[in-house]
Amino acid sequence: MTALLLSRLQFAYTISFHIIFPSFSIGIAAWLSVLEGLRLFTGKPVYRRVFDLWLKIFGIAFGMGVVSGIAMAFQFGTNWSRLSAAAGPIQGPLLAYESFTAFALEASFFGVLLFGRPRVSPPLYFFSTVMVALGTAFSAFWIMVNNSWMQAPVGYAIADGTFVPTDWAAILFSPVLWVRFPHMLLAAFITGAMCAAAAGAWYMLHDRSKEEAGVMLRMGLLLAAILLPIQLFFGHLTGDYVHDRQPAKFAAIEARWHDEQPAGEVVIAIPDAQAQTNRYEVKIPVLGSLIATLTTTSKEVGLTDFPPQDRPPVAIPFFAFRIMVGCGLAMLALAWLGAFLGLRQRLMRYRWLLWAIVAGFPLPFLATLTGWFTAEVGRQPWVVYGVLRTADALTPNLAAGSALSTLILFVLVYTAIFTFGAVFIFRLLAAGPALAPGGLPANPKRPLDFSAHAPADPESAQ
Amino acid sequence: MITFWVVALGLTILLYVLLDGFDLGVGILHLFNRDEADRRRMLAAVSPVWDGNETWLVLTGTILFGAFSKVFALALSAFYLPVLVGICALVLRGVAFEFRSKATRTRRLWDVAFGAGSLVAAFVQGAAVGALVRGLPIENGVYTGGAFGWLSGYSVLCGAGLCVAYALLGAGWLAAKCDGDLRDKAFALLPRLLLGLLLFLAVAVAAALAAGLPIMGRWIERPYLAVFPLLGAAAAWGLLDGVAKRRDLRPFLMGGLIFTAAFGAVAVSFWPYMVPFAITVDEAASPPQSLWFMFWGAGLIALPLTLAYTAFAYRVFGGKIADSAAYDE
Repeated sequence: MTALLLSRLQFAYTISFHIIFPSFSIGIAAWLSVLEGLRLFTGKPVYRRVFDLWLKIFGIAFGMGVVSGIAMAFQFGTNWSRLSAAAGPIQGPLLAYESFTAFALEASFFGVLLFGRPRVSPPLYFFSTVMVALGTAFSAFWIMVNNSWMQAPVGYAIADGTFVPTDWAAILFSPVLWVRFPHMLLAAFITGAMCAAAAGAWYMLHDRSKEEAGVMLRMGLLLAAILLPIQLFFGHLTGDYVHDRQPAKFAAIEARWHDEQPAGEVVIAIPDAQAQTNRYEVKIPVLGSLIATLTTTSKEVGLTDFPPQDRPPVAIPFFAFRIMVGCGLAMLALAWLGAFLGLRQRLMRYRWLLWAIVAGFPLPFLATLTGWFTAEVGRQPWVVYGVLRTADALTPNLAAGSALSTLILFVLVYTAIFTFGAVFIFRLLAAGPALAPGGLPANPKRPLDFSAHAPADPESAQ
Repeated sequence: MITFWVVALGLTILLYVLLDGFDLGVGILHLFNRDEADRRRMLAAVSPVWDGNETWLVLTGTILFGAFSKVFALALSAFYLPVLVGICALVLRGVAFEFRSKATRTRRLWDVAFGAGSLVAAFVQGAAVGALVRGLPIENGVYTGGAFGWLSGYSVLCGAGLCVAYALLGAGWLAAKCDGDLRDKAFALLPRLLLGLLLFLAVAVAAALAAGLPIMGRWIERPYLAVFPLLGAAAAWGLLDGVAKRRDLRPFLMGGLIFTAAFGAVAVSFWPYMVPFAITVDEAASPPQSLWFMFWGAGLIALPLTLAYTAFAYRVFGGKIADSAAYDE
């Protein structure tokens, strides 16, 4: 294997691993803010108990996101030094903003979240929660600016082989960014919501911590039910930009080899790159044009319009996109059905649905991962779309042996910490919400809250 | 604008070395201390601040990426293996903080991950500085030395030296933060670690002279560089004096001063090169549009805020750690 392929595998592996944690912790951070806000305004201790449980889980996920993120920043230099030398003047400042805003907000207020409850006033604590949530969202913003610039480079000139920024406003207000950033942010919120709902459903099924479980289940399902249609809409807008600006990627996602007018939609098939055709194809006529342009007559381009060296691989974007959409629709079904029955107080009668919600917790992660596979593999063979090829971005003279040994190292280290991290998160979930938050009255002005609710659920003390 | 980012970069590197230096040092000492109560207190002494300390490494990396892209690309590709191995070491020791306390059967494993991770991270940093001082094989701004071009007797010496130096800072931190038995142990270790560090520095300078490293020419061109060893010597004396008089904070501060002197000596003898003698500060700097864009938000607002927050965090977690607060939550 070549250093190029090994470096790509290493980047794909580390970033796939990394994205799981931020997408989860961005969602959970936002949810924690809502819980703390509700606690502040309603005074109900149940919100505090749910908060305390999810704060611990957030702590682990956040920590793993931070440590795995350190590796990402440095890999730009180790493996892709031609990219960083050429695009550093644009990508570097964006990553600098990411690290500065993330640090200034997350790191500072995260300490308050973990250790500061007894030391700061409730409104200040709430404020800190919001700041952490904002920090995680800012962090996602800068990463999306960076990635969207690689997908659709704007606001630059090329001088001496380097990208010189000429218009930062164009980079920061790129329309591509402003559909992709909400798409990512919504993915993170939905991930948090589905995980909360899954945990709530699990407690319900085991007949324990019912009050807390109700909060998790209701809030999770309702939020997911509202956000999923919005997410589908932003997904559609993201598809529009791909259609307009990255026609080769669009053709790969659709496994469309030749121009068609009107174009059909390949529902499922096995793309055959050698023969430039699909096997076992199931195709719906005209639907392809309808999806691409909302008309029944549009002409859609095929992959063979592009010279072979400019075509992305087909199989990965094609299948990844379908898995993403499938996960999205499955979540939509779960969330709508669950929220509908939940609102009518009938959800508890449908144990199979609760089990389905529990089993559905990997869906948002799978959707996020496959969404990124579609975006990133579909951008190939370019690293900066249309301008710099991935093969030309690699570190010169990088030895395949070096790349192989670090790939193995990352696989070992990340697999180990992922396994342990997941075990610890599941252990926290299995232990469930604590009886009394922090062993202190949740609100000093209402000490009865504490004693009145504490013995209500002895099961949850385990 | 270039000057601003050179100063900012110097500041973040120095802060990283001083701050993560002591918590890596505590990690190294942790490896050699088998007492469970001591180990918990050592973790407690650094647990509230280690991740903030490590963030200075990320800030260093991103400032380098944004403001001096060419050096970022060159240095990281030259130090491919040490950088990525060092990062894995930092990842392992970072999660060990959280995992150790939650683990039941695997606690020993995370102890080793914490200690060995600290040791490896310290070693590769020292080795990288050693390789820069010795000079890297670079042609036309591209590193040509292969996977192990950075590796030499000299870089190994510097790697080992930095482990000792971080351990010195770590012992200074423990003397300042702990009470009783552990404080006594730290005070007993300090003179020995200092002796080790001074020995290493002497060997490193002698080896550099013997090998006729071009960088040593700087000391003849720039005699004012001698101020740094003098400052270091004064700090070493202050450290020993502080140990003798059992001043809690002095050894740590003096250790930091030794580091600052060493950092100043290396930085001034490199100047105006960032990677000696291949690429200068001006050659490496990104275009002004990039530097100004970074300046308005990151430089003018976020960097001072970050400094203020760091100072604040150290105030909040100031003072001795209580024995009951041993890190086992």
